[in-house]
Amino acid sequence: MLAPAILYVLALVGAPFLLAFVYAVGDVKVGSTEYHFVGLHNFASVLQSPSFRRALRNSIVFTVCSQILVLVGGNILALVLKDAFRGRRLIRFLVLLPWVAPVSIGSIGWKWILDSLYSVVNWMLIHLHLVPEFSPPMWLGDPTLAMISVILVHTWHVLPFATVILLAGWTAIPRDIPEACAVDGAGYFRTLFQITIPMLLPIINVALLFGIVFTFTDMTVIYILTRGGPYDTTQVLPSLAFFTGILGSDLAEGAAISIFLLPLLVLVAWRMLRTAHRAEVG
Amino acid sequence: MAIVQTRALTKTFRQGSVGAVVGVDLESREGEFLVLLGPSGSGKTTLLRMIAGLEEPTSGEILIGGIVVNDRTPRERRIAMVFQSYALYPHLTVLGNIVFPLKAQKMPRADREKKAQWAADLLGIGHLLARRPRELSGGERQRVALARALVREPTVFLLDEPLSNLDAKLRASAREELEQFQRRVGTTMIYVTHDQVEAMAMGDRVVVMHQGRVRQIGTPADVYDNPADTFVATFLGSPPMNLVPADKVVIGFRPEHLVPAGSSAEPSPTTLSLLLRFENEEYLGSERILYGRVAGGRFDGEKAVSRLPATFHPSVGSGSVLPFQVERSKLKFFDSETGARRGPVPIE
Repeated sequence: MLAPAILYVLALVGAPFLLAFVYAVGDVKVGSTEYHFVGLHNFASVLQSPSFRRALRNSIVFTVCSQILVLVGGNILALVLKDAFRGRRLIRFLVLLPWVAPVSIGSIGWKWILDSLYSVVNWMLIHLHLVPEFSPPMWLGDPTLAMISVILVHTWHVLPFATVILLAGWTAIPRDIPEACAVDGAGYFRTLFQITIPMLLPIINVALLFGIVFTFTDMTVIYILTRGGPYDTTQVLPSLAFFTGILGSDLAEGAAISIFLLPLLVLVAWRMLRTAHRAEVG
Repeated sequence: MAIVQTRALTKTFRQGSVGAVVGVDLESREGEFLVLLGPSGSGKTTLLRMIAGLEEPTSGEILIGGIVVNDRTPRERRIAMVFQSYALYPHLTVLGNIVFPLKAQKMPRADREKKAQWAADLLGIGHLLARRPRELSGGERQRVALARALVREPTVFLLDEPLSNLDAKLRASAREELEQFQRRVGTTMIYVTHDQVEAMAMGDRVVVMHQGRVRQIGTPADVYDNPADTFVATFLGSPPMNLVPADKVVIGFRPEHLVPAGSSAEPSPTTLSLLLRFENEEYLGSERILYGRVAGGRFDGEKAVSRLPATFHPSVGSGSVLPFQVERSKLKFFDSETGARRGPVPIE
């Protein structure tokens, strides 16, 4: 009964993974027909390359910053959407949109919004006299601003998913609990930080682990907005692997870069399964 | 310690709809165990939640210790509440649960742990302090909830059906424990239940509620022996009071007062004699409940139930007709339209 599922996983996940591993320890280039085993040479060369180290650092900054924003924002949204109010259905739908819409379309929209010449953000800022008219911020051109931009756009994209998970967690807390806190004399923040958020930790954990996987392995937003630029300042590991391996034809090095993601993702996947298991048992 | 008063307290959930609580005037006494009794949907829990400050009254006043507390938060009312689910904090240990209200009061650590230990020992859960709620039995959880309520030294305890999650056997012992607990701490308790046995057994006074209104307030003996209307008469007692219509009144008598007349009994002016045709019998070990209908006479065909000690009578077959009687002094009279209690009328 399990055979089709196993076959499917082997064909679509196992084979490419194995191939990546084989490439990573060989000297394959796009168009080459030979294969020589080179051991860990690719890894060593990748580790020495400054652009790899920069991409690794960027990946970590990108993931950590966006996940902090997602968790804070997701919890705030969940708290707002949990209670009944007029138009809640509409607001819930709108909140979900960035997740439901294809990420490429959303990102292209943001590319225009943040464009150096036609940016509506700059147009507004200029008309509010918040930035000088002839040197508005270069959202995607300045290294720091570009990083901030890709983090914000990625946050915009994955926030709804975290919100939905967290909302489920918030709704699962029985009404008695916050009421008991009120009777026990706890104020809003004491209730939030000592009772409800600790009760939600397993759910927050799930949202975070999904978020890490989505962020650490994703390059869509960066590819569309900045292509890793300016000067590789927003290059992350998945985009570097893509540029090196596919566009730069160095399949071996690209494979080596992407395999660097593996240990971290294995760790995350393991924690995810453990959390899920604990949630089932508890 | 304080008394709780409500004045014309009303709660309507949706505008224009029937009130969940309608014009309730209540006054607890010092250190009293006051039970709010009613079927589900009678408004007793809403009333309790308004006293706790968890629900805002639509109109009327709530006074605790003589002060109007309508605009005060639950914290400022200095009440403690035990929820039906106990609402223990699942991620905290028993100790963490008990000290939580004290932390909120910003009591120093050493003091609050001493206090928690005191409360835990009083309730016999001193050895469970390091456990988490899910590792406790239902009875233990209830005691943790009580300890958490107790450490704050509240002016009033509010309890919302705290025994309904326990199995029948545990419930009886938990009931007794709760009574002892109340006697020891001597604080006013307002206790919500739909279980008349709990109400009768524990209450100093019982407030019978129905459809958001208070139908009767009195001691358990009072509400049982002198019900204010047909609702109270039938809600209390199992099986409920027999009600037989007679002209403009309804006559009520308790099943235990409907006893066999015996073969030698002469018709007497102090008793009302009835012939009963039995349909069904329940044997409950210590007692026997006979279901039947009046055969002949003025009340022909009316249902009547008799509750007899099991030792009293041999089993009666279905369809057999036997003479029964009720002492006239035990008869209660109700208005047949309003259901309210009224003075006796002569019946031959």
